[in-house]
Amino acid sequence: MKRFTQHMLFWPAITLALLLVASSLFNPSFLALTWRDGHLYGSVIDILNRAAPLMVVSLGMTLVIAVRGLDISVGAVVAISAAVVALMIGGSFSATGEVQSAHPLWVALTTAMAVAAACGLWNGLLVVKAGMQPIVATLILMVAGRGIAQLLTGGQIITVYYSPFFTLGNGFLLGLPVALWIAGSLWAALHLVMSRTALGLFVRSIGGNPEAARVAGVRSAAITLCVYTFCGLAAGVAGLIVSSNVKSADANNAGQLLELDAILAVTLGGTALTGGRFTLAGTVIGALIIQTLTSMIYSLGVPPEVNLVVKAALVFAVMLLQSAEFRQLVAGAARR
Amino acid sequence: MNRKLLPLTVTIVLFVAMAAFGAIRYEGFLSLQVFLNLLIDNAFLCIVAVGMTFVILSGGIDLSVGAVIALTTMISATLLDAGWNPFAAMALVLVLGAAFGALQGFLIQRFNLAPFLVTLAGMFLARGCCYLISTESIPIDDTTYAAIAQARIPVGGGSSLTIGGLIALAVVAIAMRIAHSSEFGRTVYAIGGGESSARLMGLAVDSTKIGVYLLSGACAALGGIVMTFYMLSGYSLHAVGLELDAIAAVVIGGTLLAGGVGYVAGTLFGVLILGIIQTLIAFDGSLSSWWTRIVVGALLLLFCLLQRLFEGRTPKPA
Repeated sequence: MKRFTQHMLFWPAITLALLLVASSLFNPSFLALTWRDGHLYGSVIDILNRAAPLMVVSLGMTLVIAVRGLDISVGAVVAISAAVVALMIGGSFSATGEVQSAHPLWVALTTAMAVAAACGLWNGLLVVKAGMQPIVATLILMVAGRGIAQLLTGGQIITVYYSPFFTLGNGFLLGLPVALWIAGSLWAALHLVMSRTALGLFVRSIGGNPEAARVAGVRSAAITLCVYTFCGLAAGVAGLIVSSNVKSADANNAGQLLELDAILAVTLGGTALTGGRFTLAGTVIGALIIQTLTSMIYSLGVPPEVNLVVKAALVFAVMLLQSAEFRQLVAGAARR
Repeated sequence: MNRKLLPLTVTIVLFVAMAAFGAIRYEGFLSLQVFLNLLIDNAFLCIVAVGMTFVILSGGIDLSVGAVIALTTMISATLLDAGWNPFAAMALVLVLGAAFGALQGFLIQRFNLAPFLVTLAGMFLARGCCYLISTESIPIDDTTYAAIAQARIPVGGGSSLTIGGLIALAVVAIAMRIAHSSEFGRTVYAIGGGESSARLMGLAVDSTKIGVYLLSGACAALGGIVMTFYMLSGYSLHAVGLELDAIAAVVIGGTLLAGGVGYVAGTLFGVLILGIIQTLIAFDGSLSSWWTRIVVGALLLLFCLLQRLFEGRTPKPA
């Protein structure tokens, strides 16, 4: 029993389960799944679909935090990636009234992802080569990135009319949302790499003690660089899903406050912000907790503004639970 | 020359260079009023950035300031609507802001939590409380507030300053005195330099750490009051992202984000540089507003790289 409760995923999973139970108490049809238009349909599917971009970003953020970093530019990278893909697809109406893409879809998607990865690489270079604190290094792109995205779109919201692109954010594959497949396969791939190769061990050792890892022969600079690049790439993929979902690119609002939600998801999942200890599955659960909470607040008819206050309470609670000083205080009070 | 003064010198030289560029390029740029407007339009940013300077000097960060400003404008507008005495309302929001900051400081100090996360949650909380009060903008039609908003203090040559601008200057002056010739100020620098050594020196580390966030919360509330003079409304979407501007102003002002090194006067010039970028873009007319962000980002990069150079051979903190 003790081994069970001390598992890293125990508390995140319990939180999510409680939220799901609460949701289904308030809304009896919450857990209901029906088959409609050739795919599964229901509140749970909706939550999974909406949580997908956050999951993707948070997975990248997990690795960055695991190597004692932080990336607060992911929201801006989402905006850049969305702007690039919308511009590349363009969308002109042909004589027959059919919408055509300016570039082949795969070229547009690859370019957007490459640009996002380059943003991540830039962050990584500032951290590794210039030796800046991660929060400062990524602050630069956070401030400038949204400006760059607005520059690309000319300050306008670019609407995309090319329908094959909508599959990413709205389509279904084998009855489940395509976005969920993307997030799921990303998690599976990362999980395999981190548990079946030495990379997971290296990442943990860099986060645990960078100096010791370097002395032990771990190529920490190269690995940290890769981790930041991957985080940028993940933000780029999220940007593709978001822009596909809303069929447009809004440089000003795409991915707004996403960096905070991602850090929150990572923390909720049980990854230590001090680095070293991380759990990818926990992060996925963390993202689901945030989205379930949001959906629950909406479906309760409570003004959505309360969402922020609830989130704040959640962050305070999780932080205190992770703090050794607070646990000591509680343990001391319990003994008395 | 003192190495520590170098970033501040770079900041001032940059400001003078930008002003000179504007004066040569655009007609009517070189007037006292244009420069006073830098202060008037950025008075709240200046006040908040001064509070942020202390937080950053101590090695922390405060992301909640923008949200605290918005909450201040909301509470002020609501209280005035309910017929409160304007000065009583101002006093109350100042106390609330200070209490909010002190609470964050307590959590950071007592439970050894990351300042980034605590103030992030504080930002959610303050913004959320704004929405709880109202999602609409609340206009302020109190006569005292309107009178303060319209008051102009002539400074000669037909130019004038607002009360908000004057408050900002006063805050900078008081903060310089606190930072450089008070026990609190010295302890802040010592904590930023190394918390455990400050503790070993017998300095009041715990209370100073809480005090720094209290000061930042109070500055944010004061900034919020100045913003209500400027906007004459309370709105939950006021000052979105202001915390980033404040941090940028502090960094461009030459304060080291790792803590321990920097000057309050530098922050004033950091704010003025952010202001002059916007003014230059406005004078040009052909450049779009998003260039502000890109230029600010580029300046941040420049200053962070400069700082790394100054740190030079000192070993990188883990």
